[in-house]
Amino acid sequence: MEKFQTLYSAAVPLPLENIDTDQIIPARFLKATTREGFGENLFCDWRRNPDGSPKPEFVLNDPKFNGQILLAGQNFGCGSSREHAAWALYDAGFRVVISSYFADIFRGNALNSGLLPLQVTDAELARLFALVEQDAATQFVVNLPEQTLHVPATGDSFHFAIDAYKKECLINGYDDIDYLVSQKPAIEAYEQTRTWTW
Amino acid sequence: MAKSLFDKIWDAHVVQPAPGGLDIVYIDRHLIHEVTSPQAFDELEARDLPLFRPARILATADHNVPTRNQHLPIAEPLSRSQVDKLTANCAKYGVELYGLGHARQGIVHVIGPELGLTLPGTTIVCGDSHTSTHGAFGAVAFGIGTSQVAQVMATQCLLLSRPRRMRISVDGELRAGVTAKDLILYVIAQLGTGGATGYFVEYAGRAVRSLSMEGRMTVCNMSIEMGARGGLIAPDDTTFAYVKGRPYAPKEAAWEQAVAYWHTLFSDEDTVFDAEHRFDAAAITPMITYGTNPGMGMALNGHIPREVPASEAESFDKSLQYMGFQRGESLLGKEINYVFIGSCTNSRIEDLRAVAAYVRGKQKAGHVEAIIVPGSKQVEQQAIAEGLDRILAAAGFELREPGCSACLAMNEDKIPAGAYCVATSNRNFEGRQGPGSRTLLASPLVAAITAVQGRIVDITQYLN
Repeated sequence: MEKFQTLYSAAVPLPLENIDTDQIIPARFLKATTREGFGENLFCDWRRNPDGSPKPEFVLNDPKFNGQILLAGQNFGCGSSREHAAWALYDAGFRVVISSYFADIFRGNALNSGLLPLQVTDAELARLFALVEQDAATQFVVNLPEQTLHVPATGDSFHFAIDAYKKECLINGYDDIDYLVSQKPAIEAYEQTRTWTW
Repeated sequence: MAKSLFDKIWDAHVVQPAPGGLDIVYIDRHLIHEVTSPQAFDELEARDLPLFRPARILATADHNVPTRNQHLPIAEPLSRSQVDKLTANCAKYGVELYGLGHARQGIVHVIGPELGLTLPGTTIVCGDSHTSTHGAFGAVAFGIGTSQVAQVMATQCLLLSRPRRMRISVDGELRAGVTAKDLILYVIAQLGTGGATGYFVEYAGRAVRSLSMEGRMTVCNMSIEMGARGGLIAPDDTTFAYVKGRPYAPKEAAWEQAVAYWHTLFSDEDTVFDAEHRFDAAAITPMITYGTNPGMGMALNGHIPREVPASEAESFDKSLQYMGFQRGESLLGKEINYVFIGSCTNSRIEDLRAVAAYVRGKQKAGHVEAIIVPGSKQVEQQAIAEGLDRILAAAGFELREPGCSACLAMNEDKIPAGAYCVATSNRNFEGRQGPGSRTLLASPLVAAITAVQGRIVDITQYLN
């Protein structure tokens, strides 16, 4: 997993609530057996018409907006457990998703894929949308070690929470599998203590 | 100290605490399928790790298999390659595969319970969010992503933070024509599509306890649709009667030992939950969804809300626009062209019986295409043994072969753009049943009546 420390970027605003993983990556694109290439079909049905032509009104087709931060309404990533949703965002160049809350499985999948789910309050989210609306080029600084989101142009600064273990993993590029494999002796010892046979 | 059912099971599976307040949690059963497992097998290979406990894994092909002519090779090349990859991985790593052609193939959340692999007090995971289904047996069961699938393959464990606990009690008795599906659609409509995010839900109360195992599975299945990590119900005699004698259920002395343990699996009387909700079963009527998330549900004979909070208005109206509905509108009388009865939510024998009991001697409306996709080969065989196939065929319903089918439309079973489908599945997201498809979630009974009438009706007028 790639290391994540600090990111300077503009943000792409998607002010809708309950964006589900079927929108992020529709099921018909889940037939690939590798992790790469899903970015091409990120938000496919919002981004393209059935004939494949782009829908100009969708934010990812608007040249005014770009950046590695996606700014989205509450309950981002609800629905299916497909990690392909996190891979698609990552593959399309996003490194941070900001929302006022995330669906549990998506949050875990993002953290396991090097994508930072950055949770702010409802009021902070509204402020962030307003900043991007005023100026699409607004730069944000995401500082993971400090757990801050900073807007140099306006001086806005927000603190965000993240699980201490997951923070270390992202900063160092570690994932859970490394840790769990290192704990195999304890896992085998636990198996010996179980009294039931089923 | 009083402990919840959830905590009793969780605590029994903690290998040891881990840094950052997490627990290493042991997983008893790992269910895998063709869509979310290939990258996990690749991960093992890339890291040169063995599969730690192959006997604890059950594999099936369900998500993108065709529901016609399953004896023939899969025509669609990408689907075929994904299913072939699962077959090859299972052979290589020694995993038992209930693939196409197997007498017990089916939707992963249907066959686990059928096989007796789903047992009270166990921890169960699968790279599928509807793993919560297995909570019906008093198991801690939840969906995981592919990175976690690889973790369980490598270590039979996950690194998890303990979720908060919520109890949802539904007291009293359900009214005639009101089913487990209506109960859970009602609860989700009350709490909202994100209303249980961060929680593990225990369902309790007389209306829940009165449900069959099939009904309990329908309820627990949709826990994720209000954001819950999972949902579970304390095991009781209904549970034990269902499990007993199944292929992988404990036998003889082990059965007695198991039941004695399972009797300890309930939330202690003084348990304090992080959140509690109580509902009256008598207030629940047949339900239907009108929007593009499962929280957008209402009484079948109700009206789409006129007023919504300002912060939700943009998403709400976008949703109604997609569905072709208006605020304040009633859905009664809407013409429907497709009816889909299937999915891990409602594809079990009881669901098929409910449909057959209603449609016996009737005929579906001419403009409706009605397909029934059984959850497993076992359900299919049982339906045939009971003569349900003939009743359904005579009524113009097409009984297919098992799979996830038009619930997520990964195979060729798709609803055309713009068309309305009353579906017994679990998600009405935009494009869920095919690009542009419009899904209205409902119970098998509502779906059957809709197919016969060809439009949305107040079913209380039409009950047999």
